[in-house]
Amino acid sequence: MSLLDSFRDGKKVRAAMDEIHRIVTRPWTIMEICGGQTHSIMQYGLSDLLPPQIELVHGPGCPVCVTSIELIDKALAIASHPNVIFTTFGDMLRVPGSNGDLFSVRAAGGQVRIVYSPLDAVQIALKNPDKQVVFFAIGFETTAPPNVYSVLQAQALDLQNFSILVSQVRVPPAMEAVLSSPHNRVQAFLAAGHVNAVMGYWEYLPVAEKYRVPIVVTGFEPLDLTQGILWAVRQLEQGTHEVQNAYSRVVTKEGNTRAQQAIQKVFMECDRNWRGIGMIPMSGWRLRPEFARFDAEQRFQVGDIQTHESEICIAGLILQGIKKPFDCPAFGTLCTPQTPLGATMVSSEGTCAAYYNYKRNTPVKG
Amino acid sequence: MCLAVPGKIISIYQENALTMCKVDFGGVIRAACLEANPEAQVGDYAVVHAGFVISLLSESEAQETLNLFKEMEQMGIELPDEELKEG
Amino acid sequence: MTTSSLPHLEGPVCPMPLNHGDQIVMGDGSGGQMSQQLITNVFQSRLTSEALAANNDFGSVAFPNASQLKGRVVVSTDSHIVAPLVFPGGDIGKLAVCGTVNDVSMSGAVPLYLTAGFILEEGLPTRLLEQIVDSMRDAAQEAGVQFVAGDTKVVEKGKADGMFINTTGIGWLPEGTSIGGECAKPGDVVLVSGTLGDHGIAVLSARGELGFETEVQSDTAPLNGLIQAVLQAAPHTHVLRDPTRGGLATTLNEIAAQSKVAIHLDETAIPVNPVVRNACEFLGFDPLYIANEGKVIVIVPPNEAEAALAAMRHNHYGQNAARVGVVEATPAGLVLLKTIIGGTRVLNTLAGEILPRIC
Repeated sequence: MSLLDSFRDGKKVRAAMDEIHRIVTRPWTIMEICGGQTHSIMQYGLSDLLPPQIELVHGPGCPVCVTSIELIDKALAIASHPNVIFTTFGDMLRVPGSNGDLFSVRAAGGQVRIVYSPLDAVQIALKNPDKQVVFFAIGFETTAPPNVYSVLQAQALDLQNFSILVSQVRVPPAMEAVLSSPHNRVQAFLAAGHVNAVMGYWEYLPVAEKYRVPIVVTGFEPLDLTQGILWAVRQLEQGTHEVQNAYSRVVTKEGNTRAQQAIQKVFMECDRNWRGIGMIPMSGWRLRPEFARFDAEQRFQVGDIQTHESEICIAGLILQGIKKPFDCPAFGTLCTPQTPLGATMVSSEGTCAAYYNYKRNTPVKG
Repeated sequence: MCLAVPGKIISIYQENALTMCKVDFGGVIRAACLEANPEAQVGDYAVVHAGFVISLLSESEAQETLNLFKEMEQMGIELPDEELKEG
Repeated sequence: MTTSSLPHLEGPVCPMPLNHGDQIVMGDGSGGQMSQQLITNVFQSRLTSEALAANNDFGSVAFPNASQLKGRVVVSTDSHIVAPLVFPGGDIGKLAVCGTVNDVSMSGAVPLYLTAGFILEEGLPTRLLEQIVDSMRDAAQEAGVQFVAGDTKVVEKGKADGMFINTTGIGWLPEGTSIGGECAKPGDVVLVSGTLGDHGIAVLSARGELGFETEVQSDTAPLNGLIQAVLQAAPHTHVLRDPTRGGLATTLNEIAAQSKVAIHLDETAIPVNPVVRNACEFLGFDPLYIANEGKVIVIVPPNEAEAALAAMRHNHYGQNAARVGVVEATPAGLVLLKTIIGGTRVLNTLAGEILPRIC
């Protein structure tokens, strides 16, 4: 079995699950931050194997879901320009704005292209000097390095036709927003391992201390997730609140310092509006003034945006782990992946979509 | 937010002002930017997200983690199957 | 045809245009001489039959001893718009033949005749068209079917992505065969003829937009031979269906809904080429939702499962055939997957387009 396949070994997973069953004595609520982790849990049916006392709550770790509707509307406006090639990650295509999505812009003749990497967007700009190429730079800290280097590369190549529309968000402020909410039920966090690969986990030490919650840096394979949950449960049972690293093959405490330096060079912290949750101070990144010419929001004066959000959608409460999709009256009826009312139903990691696809009709505990 | 997979670096080169590498994900080859990991060498395992190497993978750490689980397996605290059944 | 530089006032009012032998031009679709030349030189020289040689607008064909044998005519039609036109393991021509041959075969019928309608984009290199029609001839030959009618149109540049092909297939289904999506019964065994996801990944890689390279080949293949072998070995086969767009998961959902049964799959048993799996992982795809063009799902009563499996494995296109699940009564209409770690997941129908993700 290859080294990587070993992290999917059913026998090892069950051994770790046995240990969780053995040590748990009371109900605990654990939040996994990252949409990719939610996806993995659903894909492998991991929650079926946990003891009933453990409740996994899914956090606001889906950059697709939390990108503000204003920014989506700006993206739609820019993409509709005849001279623009609008490039984006695949996840963003079906996110609903106030009036349609990028798919409908494409259907109306806008040039919208899916790319795997922002650096591919720079290549497109090189090959199409007569067009304006815009990249929709969404993401958490994991995606900041590629986003930032696309700007650095464009600068080094002195490109005049490349810009990014920034919707970067940061995990630590989101964690604090969840923890400081009066409705908070979260007692421990599984932190997003790939965010930590870039940022390290030194930022979480004050959070764990201030709110007295254990935080375990966790990977994405079934064994990683089980280990993360096991260590979190151990801490909860022991009453400790440390930051632990359960993804040591990829993450170190300092993280990738070169990547962090590049991020600091190009980005600066700013307030960000999280769709469905509201404004979280200093929870985002934006381009520094010296990189203003690569800022699509400045290059394209996108004027009066009148946003319109569905009133029924409770995505915000779901993103904070306060409600579950089943609590929403529109879930599975008015709101489905084909007819999403909010972003948590659109992104395949959005909690609502994950529940719809994997748990909606499941005969097991829901 | 973090779909990133590990692959083996098979070549390193400069292109369009950036240090790049070709990564082999078990038969699938893709270019990725190596700017944040300049110490990487051909043969290392890189964790790639959106065309960018965000970190290298330590095989020794991976093995250590797996050993922990082997121990757990061997200790084999048996629970009756009913408790683990779905639902 | 004169070589003078002055216009001629006699003779054809519209001068014969330049011989654009190396690419398709609008005139090739006009129905006139140029069209006839195209048809004779490119199509009829490759796709031959008595019916086509008669040069009518229809093809008159005979069914084997129609008055003596009891059975039904099975018809299927499909349009093909794949980009790029040529990909590892095949091209749009091979796809157009195999896709329709397979659709007809899924009823249990023997496919006999095909029609082909071409919509060609102005500027298409003739060499490429010839290559594609060569593929069609070869695939038809392998499948043992004949082209008996055809049509060609040409559209302006930008309106046809190179070319579109429609094929319609006709087959003969002897009486007594009852195979369909509504026929699965609790207790039945679910088999697949080989590895899943190859075609979708091969085409995506060839398109180049996501910048990855791989050696994966499309599995495009005519399956009528394999299917006849399965039906010989397992005459009470209940369902045959090819998991094309939407992949295995979507196709099984259709069957579960039509038959009002549940299908329980074992993830460890589903054959996937490791390279395809790796490609899916790095893009964020699930191989169970990726298109296949040379695979068949076979649902048989339990006592015929071994024989059906052996028959597939014996065939060139079924060497990796595997037993992947069972049909049960509940929960009706659902497809459930037991994951590699022993959990359970509901496999839904594909909602929309498959999009690569970063999350």
